[in-house]
Amino acid sequence: MRITKYVITSSESDILPSDIAMKIYGSKYDVNVKETCFGVMVDGEEDVVNALVAEIRSLDPSGIFIKDRGFPPGDPRRCRGRRGGGARPGFYMIESESKMLPMISRALAAEGEVPAVPEKKKPLTPNKLEDIIKEGLI
Amino acid sequence: MAKVIVYPPTSMILSDLVERMGHKALVVPEAVRKLATANDIQSPPLNVTPEEPKKGLHYAAVDVPSGVRGRMALIGPLIEEAEAAIVVEDPGWLTGCAGCNRTNELVRLLIRTKGVPLLDLSYPTDDAEARVFVQKIKTFLEGLK
Repeated sequence: MRITKYVITSSESDILPSDIAMKIYGSKYDVNVKETCFGVMVDGEEDVVNALVAEIRSLDPSGIFIKDRGFPPGDPRRCRGRRGGGARPGFYMIESESKMLPMISRALAAEGEVPAVPEKKKPLTPNKLEDIIKEGLI
Repeated sequence: MAKVIVYPPTSMILSDLVERMGHKALVVPEAVRKLATANDIQSPPLNVTPEEPKKGLHYAAVDVPSGVRGRMALIGPLIEEAEAAIVVEDPGWLTGCAGCNRTNELVRLLIRTKGVPLLDLSYPTDDAEARVFVQKIKTFLEGLK
């Protein structure tokens, strides 16, 4: 079965989408590749793509992320070139999560004990607020 | 290897972390792929046949908006298949397949009532939270068979 996967790089990774594309062009694998601003799309037979993305991930294990994609690259049902422009619907999710990737990359690369995170302050409850107001008025 | 459903079901970070730990992430793009790349497209362009709304009716009543039933036709079978779940609440920017709040409420409810091991999290906002986020997911996934 043919599958398509996104290979997405963290903005702090030393690996660029073009580096990944060049590695794939120079590899023995029979796949279709499309380079994008945030990574590459790889389309091919399932076992080939899985082996290839595992190799690509080894370039920067904590800075490269893999995601499944439903449509093949350039599919006219999703390609913006055929839909009159605009990002494809799934891009917004990738864009939002991409902003978090540097943090996740650093967390994956970090070793040692995880520091305790202080609990976040919760908003004042209405009952507590009422008590404060009453105390101030009396 | 356990089948782990992630919420949001289109999340790159969660599906990647699950696959890194050697488990299978159950995500919407796989369900979409089965329809969109089928050899015999019976109902172009997206191959949504009359069978899909019937699948959605297993999870939501007929008077529920069609968008909910359509989404549940994709996400519902994933929930049934799941052996564990990771739920990240309210990221504030869900779009596309995960962009319907009524569907999201139903998905979270079905995951919780299914009774599989569940990890509840929030998206991290700084480095310390990110380390805790990754550590909790690692520990949870290592505990699965």
